[in-house]
Amino acid sequence: MKASNALWKEHLAGQVPEALGREIDIFETEISLKQTGKLDDRVFAETRLRRGVYGQRYDNGERHDGKKAQQMAYPRKELLKGPNTVWEAPGMQRIKIPGGGLNAAQLETLADLAEEYSDGIAHVTTRQDIQLHYVHIEDTPSLMRRLAVVDITTREACGNSVRNVTTCPYAGVCQDELFDVTPYSKALARFLLGHPDVQNFGRKFKPSFSGCTQHACALANMHDLGLVAATRRENGVEKRGFAMYVGGGLGAVPYQAKLFDPFVPPEELLPLAQAIARVYARLGEKKNRNRARIKFLIQDLGIEKFRELVLEERKTLEPDPRWTEYIQEALQAEEKPLKPAEKLQGTGSEAFQRWLKTNIRPQRQEGYVVATVTLPIGDATSHQLRALADMARRFSCESVRTTVEQNFVIRWVSEDDLPELYEALESVGLGASGAGTIVDITACPGTDTCKLGISSSRGLAAELRNRLLQKSLQLDEAVQNLHIKISGCFNSCGQHHVSDLGFYGVSRKMSGYAVPHFQVVLGGEWGHNGASYGMPVVAVPSKNILEVVTRLTSHYLAGRQNGESFKDFVTRTGKVQLKALLEDLTRPPEDLADRSFFRDWGDPREYTLGDMGVGECAGEVISTIDFDLAAAERQLFEAQIAFENGKAGQAGKTAYLSMLRAARALVKTEFPRVTDDPDEIVSEFRKRFYDTKRFFDPFAGGKFAQYLFAAHEKADLPHTEDSARYLMDEAHLFIEASHTCASRAGALVAS
Amino acid sequence: MKLQHINVKLLLKDEGGIDLDPLIPVFHGWIQEQGWEELLLDVADYRHVYAGPGIILIGHEANYSVDNSGNRPGVRYNRKGALEGSNQDRLKQAAIAALKACRRFESDPRLDSRFRFNGQEIEISINDRLLAPNQPETREAIQPELAALLSKLFAGGGYSLSYQDSPRDLFSVSVKSSGTFSVEELLQNLSS
Repeated sequence: MKASNALWKEHLAGQVPEALGREIDIFETEISLKQTGKLDDRVFAETRLRRGVYGQRYDNGERHDGKKAQQMAYPRKELLKGPNTVWEAPGMQRIKIPGGGLNAAQLETLADLAEEYSDGIAHVTTRQDIQLHYVHIEDTPSLMRRLAVVDITTREACGNSVRNVTTCPYAGVCQDELFDVTPYSKALARFLLGHPDVQNFGRKFKPSFSGCTQHACALANMHDLGLVAATRRENGVEKRGFAMYVGGGLGAVPYQAKLFDPFVPPEELLPLAQAIARVYARLGEKKNRNRARIKFLIQDLGIEKFRELVLEERKTLEPDPRWTEYIQEALQAEEKPLKPAEKLQGTGSEAFQRWLKTNIRPQRQEGYVVATVTLPIGDATSHQLRALADMARRFSCESVRTTVEQNFVIRWVSEDDLPELYEALESVGLGASGAGTIVDITACPGTDTCKLGISSSRGLAAELRNRLLQKSLQLDEAVQNLHIKISGCFNSCGQHHVSDLGFYGVSRKMSGYAVPHFQVVLGGEWGHNGASYGMPVVAVPSKNILEVVTRLTSHYLAGRQNGESFKDFVTRTGKVQLKALLEDLTRPPEDLADRSFFRDWGDPREYTLGDMGVGECAGEVISTIDFDLAAAERQLFEAQIAFENGKAGQAGKTAYLSMLRAARALVKTEFPRVTDDPDEIVSEFRKRFYDTKRFFDPFAGGKFAQYLFAAHEKADLPHTEDSARYLMDEAHLFIEASHTCASRAGALVAS
Repeated sequence: MKLQHINVKLLLKDEGGIDLDPLIPVFHGWIQEQGWEELLLDVADYRHVYAGPGIILIGHEANYSVDNSGNRPGVRYNRKGALEGSNQDRLKQAAIAALKACRRFESDPRLDSRFRFNGQEIEISINDRLLAPNQPETREAIQPELAALLSKLFAGGGYSLSYQDSPRDLFSVSVKSSGTFSVEELLQNLSS
């Protein structure tokens, strides 16, 4: 905790915008109240989350050191900043960057804060935010004041609120956009920030803006509110508007957004968003957070009914001048380049040529380009941020933008400045080529710092990147253009669903030991705003994922027909063949003495929840349940094949049966005489594993068990393509949770 | 001027690049062994970042790292928690903590003498721009405190100072002694 905390308020007096200053003062008071026991843990937790003050791994005061769970001897350990969250434990500060836009002064402030309050690293997230890790909660008011001076707020960066409004980083300069969506996205972000109608959501709400339908840059299809530029002619005049999508989202079970309206004129953009927020706040689930995202409300109501309710709500809104006062300004908004454009002279080195090929994109304004600055797994040092600020001043119009691929872009660079820009980037280690290629891997924080992480997404990403970089020059262009995205758990922060090769962390038990795994998800579509999601194929031990990538890319190169995309190749090849290709990689090594297999990337601790032994009793129980759970997985695989063959009804039914089989496997460990009767299985499962909370995920609670209960209730209903796909995803998660539950039970028996 | 959050970095012998990989199991091992007098929390791995913080042993009161900022590998002690006492006490505390950490690096058999102090170069910075902005007034105010510390550290021997100029950077000074010292000798000098 900083000694200067008490001094910053006075030092910055007159520089902090009044409204932001008042909010920070309130938060500081709440911190004091919490320390004196005058605020409830849960209330304070949501309070700080709405200021972007997030928890971090091990903040419950316990850490497994590879041999045993160690209690961390924090001072004042009884003081909490939320349920089971120790006050003194460091946390993460998320900083909202609307549209990813940062000017040079903001970059410099972020650099200072990363250095003084964090570990010297600013991390760019997959939603264009910046995160700082290892921050002490009592430092956050000073940190927020310093941000406020440069017009950045952390308000509603986390919590059940409107999160960062993401925007295509090429907006305004893209050759394919219909118009610049930046001013509209800024207006929506401003309008919804702290709005009374967005304070009572059951979960978070994520908006996104894209200037076109064909590219991925804003991933509108996977957002709660996705807005894609549209135009139409009215009385011979071209009018701007937005195709409005609602109810998309990744998470454990990904949903594609539904089209709410193909053309919303700008004057209706903010009021409709407000009406949607009101309907969501009023009718969205509040108690069961696992069903509380707007996607579930829309699924339950149907898009037609939801639309009807929103339009009714729209009629009740009191007019607000903010709805339209920005529009004239938006029509005239235009960024000004630093200097007139000049053509690039000469060719430069081979490295420079490679960088030009992958990291430079021409703007629609002739002679100007956008340069992508690739950050390895989204990390930049304070020194690099200051250098970027200098480059923004020297080569651009004093600004950069973050991207959902965890990079920066510098816009408005005159072509003749590229050699000098490249040199400046190279001098601070930011001149790597390969933007948007297979080496530009996206990864969420995973087990490094996230409380939900199951496997080391960053560790795997770093290792994969190193290996792929070594041979990137030899890779075929078709392979170079693939995307890899990695999440540390099923929650999809690494956006693995919309990647050619996606991975998310799961744990499995092998030979009596917990082993970090990644579920392989293939054939997601990054383009067209994240148009379709990949399907899980098989879970593979973490240490075998490098070989998975090698095999899949080789197989693709050898087998692709007529230049087909990886997605089409996956669809044509089918999961049976792809799974068979990877089958041997799912097995443990013959030589169990090599313990590296039982550890995660970059982490020498043995991956286990306890000191594991292979007792006879545990061994028998575990081997039986492993067998039964494998059968459940096979059944789910059959469901996926049926789905691929267009048999949605059969797929849905089989997915449900696979869940039943997994549930029965668990029940059987305690009640061997359990029959095949679905009612009995579900009832016994509920009694033994749900009511006792033994099946509960530490963070998702009973979410996965509820998938089974819902499927059982609807067992006789027919399936649509959507419902079958959702059920297969839910079955997949249920079976994974069954593995975890079995592992925990095994650990208990063995300890 | 009150000096807090003092960073001390001991520059390492760099003979053809330093491989940080062996540090990871050692840092985890130190957390496991709980042999330090302070609370150690976790390990942060930034090997993938150019001229970055390297690998950090995150602690509650302070972080320890083998850091590569400025492309100059060194053992860094980064004091996070505020300390009581005089400026001289706090400078001395940070220097001793960095030296003791370096001694651990040098002596841990798992590290096989890979991380060795170069005997001459130390960087001292104040990780708080409000308490110690990087400007001439700070330099003037800190000068006597530094002189007192360095005189003791180098047992009255000569040294040169080089200040970081940019006002955007932390207040930071690079120190190079005219003589060569071992970590043990520097620790003895400070404790005498």
